Amino acid sequence: MDLNYSPEELAFRDEVRGWLAANLPADIRDKVTGYRHLGKDDHLRWHKILAAKGWSVPHWPVEWGGTGWNITQRYIYDEEFGLAGAPMLAPFGPSMCASVLLRFGTDAQKQRFLPRIREGDDFWVQGYSEPGAGSDLAALKTRAERRGDHYLVNGQKIWTTLGHYGDWIFCLVRTDSAAEKRQEGISFLLIDMKTPGITVRPLILMDGGHEVNEVFFDEVKVPVENLVYEENKGWTVAKYLLGHERMGSGAVGSSKRELAALKALARREMRNGKPLLEDTRFRDRLTRVEVELDALELTSMRFLDRMRRTGQPPGADVSMLKIRGTEIQQALTELMMQAAGPQAQPFAAVDGGQVDPYVSRLSPRYFNYRKTSIYAGSNEIQRNIIAKMTLGL
Amino acid sequence: MNFEYSDEQQQLADSLRKYLAQSYGFEQRKAILQSAGGSSAQAWAAFAEMGLTAIALPEVDGGFGGGAMELMAVMEACGEALVVEPLLDHVGLAARLVARAGSDAQRAELLPGAIDGSSVLTLAYLEPGQRYELVPRSTTARAEGGGWVLDGAKCVVVGAPLAARLLVSARTGDGVSLFVVDPRVAGVSLNPYRTVDGQRAADLRFAGVRLGADALLGPAGAALPLLDEAVDFATALLCADAIGAMQFANETTLEYLKTRKQFGVPIASFQVLQHRMVEMFIHTEQARSMAILAASKVDTATDAAERQRAVSAAKLKIADAARLVSQESVQLHGGMGMTEELKISHTFRRLTMIAQRFGDADHHLERYAALD
Repeated sequence: MDLNYSPEELAFRDEVRGWLAANLPADIRDKVTGYRHLGKDDHLRWHKILAAKGWSVPHWPVEWGGTGWNITQRYIYDEEFGLAGAPMLAPFGPSMCASVLLRFGTDAQKQRFLPRIREGDDFWVQGYSEPGAGSDLAALKTRAERRGDHYLVNGQKIWTTLGHYGDWIFCLVRTDSAAEKRQEGISFLLIDMKTPGITVRPLILMDGGHEVNEVFFDEVKVPVENLVYEENKGWTVAKYLLGHERMGSGAVGSSKRELAALKALARREMRNGKPLLEDTRFRDRLTRVEVELDALELTSMRFLDRMRRTGQPPGADVSMLKIRGTEIQQALTELMMQAAGPQAQPFAAVDGGQVDPYVSRLSPRYFNYRKTSIYAGSNEIQRNIIAKMTLGL
Repeated sequence: MNFEYSDEQQQLADSLRKYLAQSYGFEQRKAILQSAGGSSAQAWAAFAEMGLTAIALPEVDGGFGGGAMELMAVMEACGEALVVEPLLDHVGLAARLVARAGSDAQRAELLPGAIDGSSVLTLAYLEPGQRYELVPRSTTARAEGGGWVLDGAKCVVVGAPLAARLLVSARTGDGVSLFVVDPRVAGVSLNPYRTVDGQRAADLRFAGVRLGADALLGPAGAALPLLDEAVDFATALLCADAIGAMQFANETTLEYLKTRKQFGVPIASFQVLQHRMVEMFIHTEQARSMAILAASKVDTATDAAERQRAVSAAKLKIADAARLVSQESVQLHGGMGMTEELKISHTFRRLTMIAQRFGDADHHLERYAALD
């Protein structure tokens, strides 16, 4: 066994680290490390910088602008982003829609959409969940009826992350309500969000932030050439996407950065005349998270090693990275908030007052991160996946 | 990066598993536990024959020059089978200490027998009422007449009833020293017993035990770093042992869930049990990652702090995981999990004691934090 990166991998890590240090705009980094939401301009500006470097879509085939990096390099790239406080590009276009187009799209669809995704010309969002279709995605009801050269779409999507920035949305819609199995009447549609009949309504989360939305479709006309893969075969596409790109879900890099921030905060905060970091009760809780993160990093590397050796995508057991990764993120945000003690209460200045711009973000951050065990397949769904696929239960 | 065992490591573990499957099954183990010595001479000879006693000793002493990484797969197999012979204490603690600290004469005297299995070595370092303290409190050795006089008490010395020689830590002036002691000499008394997980151990008393000058192992008064390193090495091996035991616990519990029927269906169909099984699985994999880290670092760390940090992190994770996996295994087995008749109850006892050996979770939480 050898637990270390090779010299070549270390050189690659240094290259990514050095490039980020030189090219990540300080204001964007400060928003990330200060727990403030990024605006659409921030997302686009960072996307353009990455695109100019040729790093906006590392995992794509080289002929479409990918970097040709192996799985370990891609993992290192993600980890360095997390460590540096560099935002990952929103996955909906570059990772999700693009993966579907590369696998199922026609040549015309690829030519039309992929270059614009790569360059950050279109901001893509995801239209999967519905009020009655969360973990049970196949219960979705949004209808698309074929009318000659277009579909007529009616219905509602929910939890549309950054939907208010969206230029395009990819949607799962029901094209055959009479299908024997629910999964068989679903199609995958690409919809221009400027089309008349689309309304985006914000859902403000308990941290006060606008991140997710409801999207309503009222008699929305979608050209049939925007259908990806076959009509009524959208479930095949959806399943492909669900099994895709789950390696990075452990977020080890950003959690390491958060752990360092937590220790820094706990060195400043005092308890019984000593830094909180030296308080046994607090420290024990912190150490358990730290060790779980150490373990998660090594477990991630074991998955990488297995993928490298077998040339196969990770098995269903990779869901454990999402489960533990999000548990660690939640534990860290909770400890951060608790480390602030009573100072976790001030939230927003009023009437010419002031609040600490950093400490006042710690509670909202904790509130916001409750989402991590719910989104991207709730942790209960992830456990179902391991139970069924890995353990055969 | 490579997380695979080498072909050699895998082959050795495979042949050990084959032997254990044939000669160390659950019923055979039960017979060993009930035998007079509580230990199998045949198994011990087989371990030596396979070279398990030689792996972690230097080639110059007749060993194979390996480390914890070479022993890791072996220890996993021992953990699965709940081996009660003191392989870990003999190989991982005592013989290795002799090889690292011993004079040419001591190595020549002790290591051939350690390698061929004819003489068992073990380390006596724990003292009554002192929990995991490495610095001896009650055991002292004073220089007298060109030799030493040893007094004091040690507790829970695993393998002591089988041992040909004990390595004993003692306070010498302000320092810590190690001594090689023949348990049959005057003034040494053993209080032997069986541990809750089926091993043979003893509490020891030393009353005016006269030792020659050549009994001193390593530097006088400066053996604490040696002792610390030895216990870290053994802790890494114990972590691997725990991984084997947890692996077995998970496999047997999974099998039970799939075959046990209630309400007309296999209980595996209940989601509340599925998710608990998944947690056992994830805990074991996270613990495995840390066991690998510990084995790697005790072999390659360039300073003591790097080694201590990895070992304490690993032991903390293993202690927590062993507790969860063992408790859940019994719970998911229902009443049958409580009985002596199923191996899972024996694995429960082993995992419970592993969690507490060489420092429990609290001990390693403190040690880890102090290294920051």
